Amino acid sequence: MTTDTPVLEFRNVHTHYGPVHVLKDVSMEIRPGELVCLLGGNASGKTTTLKTILGMVVPSSGDVLVDGEVVTGKSTAEIVARGVSMVPENRRLFKRMTVLENLEIGAYLREGEDLEEDLERIFEMFPRVKERLHQKAGTLSGGEQQMVAVGRALMARPKLLLMDEPSMGLAPILVQQNFEIIQQINEAGMTIFMVEQNANMALSIADRGYVLQTGQIVLADTAERLLANEDLRRAYLGELE
Amino acid sequence: MTARPATDVDWGRVRAWGLYGGLTMAFIAAIGMVESLDARMMVHPVLSLGYLFLLWAPPAFGYAAAYEPVKEGMAAPAKGARDLVAGAVAGLLAGAVFGLFIVVAATFDLREVFVKLSPVLVDLLTFGRGVGFGVATWIVLSTGLGLVGGLLHVLPERGRAAVFNALAAVFVVALLELAVVDVLETFRLEAVERFLYAPNGGITIPGAVVVALVAGFVTLRTTGGAVLRFRSRYAAMTGEERRRFGVRWGLVAIAGLVVFPMIVGGLTNELLANVGLFLLMALGLNLVVGYAGLLDLGYVAFFAVGAYTTALLTSPLSPTLKPMFRLDLLTVEGWVVMAIVIAVAALSGLVIGTPVIRLRGDYLAIVTLGFGEIVRILFLSDWLAPLFGGAQGIRNIPPGYLGPIKVAGTSPQTIFYVVTIFVGIAIYVAWRLYHSRIGRAWAALREDEDVAEAMGIDTTRMKLLAFVTGAILASFSGMIFAVKVGSVFPSSFKLIVSIIVLVIVIVGGMGSIPGVVIGAVVLIGVLGGPTQPGLLAEFGEFKLLLYGVLLVVMMLRRPEGLWPSVQRQRELHQEEFLQDAWLKTEAAQAAARGEAPS
Repeated sequence: MTTDTPVLEFRNVHTHYGPVHVLKDVSMEIRPGELVCLLGGNASGKTTTLKTILGMVVPSSGDVLVDGEVVTGKSTAEIVARGVSMVPENRRLFKRMTVLENLEIGAYLREGEDLEEDLERIFEMFPRVKERLHQKAGTLSGGEQQMVAVGRALMARPKLLLMDEPSMGLAPILVQQNFEIIQQINEAGMTIFMVEQNANMALSIADRGYVLQTGQIVLADTAERLLANEDLRRAYLGELE
Repeated sequence: MTARPATDVDWGRVRAWGLYGGLTMAFIAAIGMVESLDARMMVHPVLSLGYLFLLWAPPAFGYAAAYEPVKEGMAAPAKGARDLVAGAVAGLLAGAVFGLFIVVAATFDLREVFVKLSPVLVDLLTFGRGVGFGVATWIVLSTGLGLVGGLLHVLPERGRAAVFNALAAVFVVALLELAVVDVLETFRLEAVERFLYAPNGGITIPGAVVVALVAGFVTLRTTGGAVLRFRSRYAAMTGEERRRFGVRWGLVAIAGLVVFPMIVGGLTNELLANVGLFLLMALGLNLVVGYAGLLDLGYVAFFAVGAYTTALLTSPLSPTLKPMFRLDLLTVEGWVVMAIVIAVAALSGLVIGTPVIRLRGDYLAIVTLGFGEIVRILFLSDWLAPLFGGAQGIRNIPPGYLGPIKVAGTSPQTIFYVVTIFVGIAIYVAWRLYHSRIGRAWAALREDEDVAEAMGIDTTRMKLLAFVTGAILASFSGMIFAVKVGSVFPSSFKLIVSIIVLVIVIVGGMGSIPGVVIGAVVLIGVLGGPTQPGLLAEFGEFKLLLYGVLLVVMMLRRPEGLWPSVQRQRELHQEEFLQDAWLKTEAAQAAARGEAPS
């Protein structure tokens, strides 16, 4: 691993929703170029972790650092401007806007910049997106929507790409395809932080993984070792075999 | 097609529509519409507006009874004698129910509960010739008209359109008598006027026949779909062509707007001025509701703020501010007034917007509703009376000026011109915003607030911007309103104003500028504003009922509005759109295989 400044760092983060203590002393770091996954069952705090990164939820104590700078308490817009971009769960495109409009919204903070190059790069990655450019996003198939959602996130030229449950609601064949795309983007140099329930699939492409259980990090290791870990196998992978 | 016997009728449907028809007629009579509108003659001397409100029901419900819903994927049912049977029976049933109503109204004195069930009404409904005669007439009449409704259903599309347009033309010409006479007199066409209208109101029978024939003939000769053809022609134009097209017709429209008020009389000008005031507000609310998707039910607050600020600055009777400004829109002094109005409106937009902006949907609607009322009650309160004059309001607001031209309510033409300038500015601002980065952010916000936020859109700022821009447009309307009326009272700024402006936006088409213009013309121009009379001034107390009916019909038949924005149409007809696309692909594939379309 490199010794660069982590793209994302959590320092003893606690998050509360009112009286409910959701994240308990979470610490983690993601270094440039890594593909890290966060595993956990329902209600383990995965989505809250993503919301905390984006500043939609403010930690009650501890700090979130993006690129070595503390962003705790900053607005979502400011955090996005620092290079954090998200592919939301279930893709959540702006369904009644065209594919192109969706992509343009992705680059919302890059005011006045030329987007041609970025669009070309996305078309190269997903030729289907180019075909559908002027169609309403809501009329696309699930797989195509996923491509547009990834494209929309990449339009911001992020330093860190967050992915919330990329396998959710997709046919198995598309899940496979989707993970290949994620891997491909990572190999092109993008740092990715992925939240996923499908532990087997996620670990097969990730460098490292964290396991979250009722708001606490219970395991943190390389992907191979996590795949081999007996506790994890019993907790998450057992049901898949 | 196989022939169907005349008795092959869906009796359940006929029974239901017949009952609805009879109950509708009874309802219209019971709320007093027949009696109050009887004074207004439509076709002299046979038909008054009051009777018309009863007579439309049997044919309409007869038509509905004859209509058979087309099931998806099945051929439309064959038309024929059964439609006539269905229409006539529904009409008969409606007539019987209404007859029963007349008998009850004539026999029992129910005026303690239904205050309008007076002997005068019974007299009207029985044509002054006894209950027996009245009931029999209504049953025969209703059956006959129901038959006409069924007959209309049998007619081919084109013929139906011709009959409908002929009747509609007579109705409109009779209803808009005042406006038509106004224009005719400007052009000194008294002969036409004498031919069309009876001296004491109502269209003459020869006039009605001519109007109906002309309208029917025109419908038969022209092919439908002119609007669609225009739209597709416009869509095919290149950017340069569109620009030239826009400039050409824009100039024509401006010329029309300048000339039109000169050729019509004061009454029509008054009406146009009111349309303009409400249009200005509706354009502002359209930014908030149509673009940004924030349901604001307290919009009248900003109208009130604009009016009160203007009153405080210009009236010599202003309780607070002694320096009196002259509101001349061509001098620095006038600009100072406007700048202050803008600043106060923007500030009030921020003050009201900031606490409510985090709320969504229903919550936002309720809280803004509350704020709207709070603003009115503050202006009304004794506590702030030393500042705003309390219930007495502020009077003696001097006229405005446009250089040497005096702009005042006594000359509604000048108000119309000024309001048109502001409407022009508002349309330009709305159009530019819609096609800007801000407009796109608003669209994203309306679609999915959370994701919009995750894209880096500062949702709070964008919402406040929509609120403030909307507030400023409403305050302009308030400013002109204050000058027009010459005084401001808290009672001018009731909740109903917010509701009517919202109805304009909804009926016209949310997010669509031409839609809002049409909505304002139809609702304020024709039906009238909360206190301002429209062309149909005689509806008076029934105006809100008509508003309600219109809103319900719109929501059922055309939820996207009269002239929808492209985006809204997609939202509301997404499934149909998808299905159409699918059906078209199927048809194309079948055609490619050389099959005849089924």
